[in-house]
Amino acid sequence: MSNILEIRDLVVSYGGIEAVKNISLDVPEGQIVTLIGANGAGKSTTLKTISGIVKPKSASIRFQGEELSGKSPDYIVSKGITLVPEGRRVFDNLSVAENLKIGAYLRRDSLKGDMEYVYGLFPRLKEREWQMAGTLSGGEQQMLAVGRALMSRPKLIMMDEPSLGLAPLIVKAIFEIIKTINEEGITVLLIEQNANMALKVADKGYVMETGEIKMEGTGAELLANEEIKEAYLGKQKK
Amino acid sequence: MKKKTKVICSLLLAAAVFVLLYIVDINNTGNSMLATVLQLGAIYALVAVSMNLLNGFTGLFSLGQAGFMALGAYTFGILTIPVESRGMVYYLYGINDVLANAALPVPLAMIVAGLVAAFFALLIGAPVLRLKSDYFAIATLGFSEIVRILIGSSPLNTVTNGSLGLKMIPGFSSFFTPFLISGFCILVIVLLLRSSYGRSFKAIREDEIAAEAMGINLSKHKQMAFIISSFFAGIGGALLAMFLGAVTPTTFPVKLTYDILLIVVIGGIGSVTGSVIASFLVVACKEWWFRFLDQSMYIGAFHVPLLKSGFRMVVFSLVLMIVVLFFRRGIMGDREFSWDGIAAFFRRLFRRNRPALSGADLPAGDERNGGDGHE
Repeated sequence: MSNILEIRDLVVSYGGIEAVKNISLDVPEGQIVTLIGANGAGKSTTLKTISGIVKPKSASIRFQGEELSGKSPDYIVSKGITLVPEGRRVFDNLSVAENLKIGAYLRRDSLKGDMEYVYGLFPRLKEREWQMAGTLSGGEQQMLAVGRALMSRPKLIMMDEPSLGLAPLIVKAIFEIIKTINEEGITVLLIEQNANMALKVADKGYVMETGEIKMEGTGAELLANEEIKEAYLGKQKK
Repeated sequence: MKKKTKVICSLLLAAAVFVLLYIVDINNTGNSMLATVLQLGAIYALVAVSMNLLNGFTGLFSLGQAGFMALGAYTFGILTIPVESRGMVYYLYGINDVLANAALPVPLAMIVAGLVAAFFALLIGAPVLRLKSDYFAIATLGFSEIVRILIGSSPLNTVTNGSLGLKMIPGFSSFFTPFLISGFCILVIVLLLRSSYGRSFKAIREDEIAAEAMGINLSKHKQMAFIISSFFAGIGGALLAMFLGAVTPTTFPVKLTYDILLIVVIGGIGSVTGSVIASFLVVACKEWWFRFLDQSMYIGAFHVPLLKSGFRMVVFSLVLMIVVLFFRRGIMGDREFSWDGIAAFFRRLFRRNRPALSGADLPAGDERNGGDGHE
């Protein structure tokens, strides 16, 4: 299986402090890959760097064989990588429909089919088509954020903590949707603090700690790992 | 409401406005206050909408409007003063040889005026747009002052005629000119805002990071919003120059920017309709309806205290404070005029009146922020 995204030797620093220290990771095409770790481990920074919002100090980011490091965010979106930013960040004072249309900003073809596709995935959004996004519930906003990202027809969708601040039932629904999206052929790179849920859906996982990758393996392997159980899954040491 | 009905309604409204303006025009003998206020209101409406495009829709709080108006007004003036009267205008300092015979017809000069303002926006945009919120406001405010002072400075005497300013700028050929030009420009802005380009401006206002993640190039779009806004401010400046017939550097003080900001705030930040309505209201209040406050008044033998020159502005400030305190979202908030909205309004009114059976004396409107401004 080929890797859709290959990152080699990624270093990102914020004013002298290295947030990401020389990491390498592979995202195989058509899989769900998760990056877990505690606060401040550098997960979000990694995603922001891939999407071009943060500039790396040095890196090689190859997407479908094309070098993307140092490119602008709009170019990267146009190549098929979309970020669902942390904390949802929907456009509060715009309607649900407008939010979705902005997601497809770089596309010049007809959006009708894609709108229907997103509404099919999230019937709730269809009901609330003309409502201001700021009036939606947290879960609905997260659905909108995912729907908005899908409007750009990504090949790789990156999600930054989609379960943040949501009720357990809704978290479950969101993960179901992640699986559905993946089954339709979109590669998913997922950041989570909810390691348990993330590793269960993931084909492959990376564990990040203070800017470095400490461990990697398949989802099931990592779930069974004693160290991870202790550090992230809340199992007591015997 | 069907699309066809809406089009018919819009055409009827346009016709009604035209007929009303026509009536004002034929009754206008000499200096009718109504005609003046309407013309000035139309000009301010254009500048206010251009400011709203930046402040309300893109979320860039700019205070440079007066500077861009000055650039537009002077460019227009220099290019349109009749060549034969230029000696008279520049009698003290003489005129720059290049400009002595540079004359353009009015429509062309107006476009050039907008382009010059847009060009300066392009120049200062790159450094200034890196600044955030308050700092951006201060930088644009500074730019506006620099423009005003440079225009009045002696090295530019042969171009701008220094502090003497320009006069004999051709006026409007017809009463309708400012309405047509201003209306057309506002229509262009509205169409822009409704396009996907305009939607991206709103996305930037709402959340820069999310907008960037959706593939919107922040610096390019902010730059474009700044340039487009300045272009129309320049055209507004040219219209003001036509209206006044003469401009000096003191025509464009910082206060002018604040007047326009006031219109934007009263109308509702993020509402084009609001800016237009507020512009006519504010101009009418300032220039006309509150004028009586400036003259001393006797009721019988009683001399009403306080009423003397300048008191108008005191009352105006009070009204402003009330608006800012109690109608914080302005007349329209961020809503726009729409036939659907009007239809829904009357449906609601009708439904409420029927059970009450007291029809006539029910106030026309519920407690929605400041009524609907049917002015």
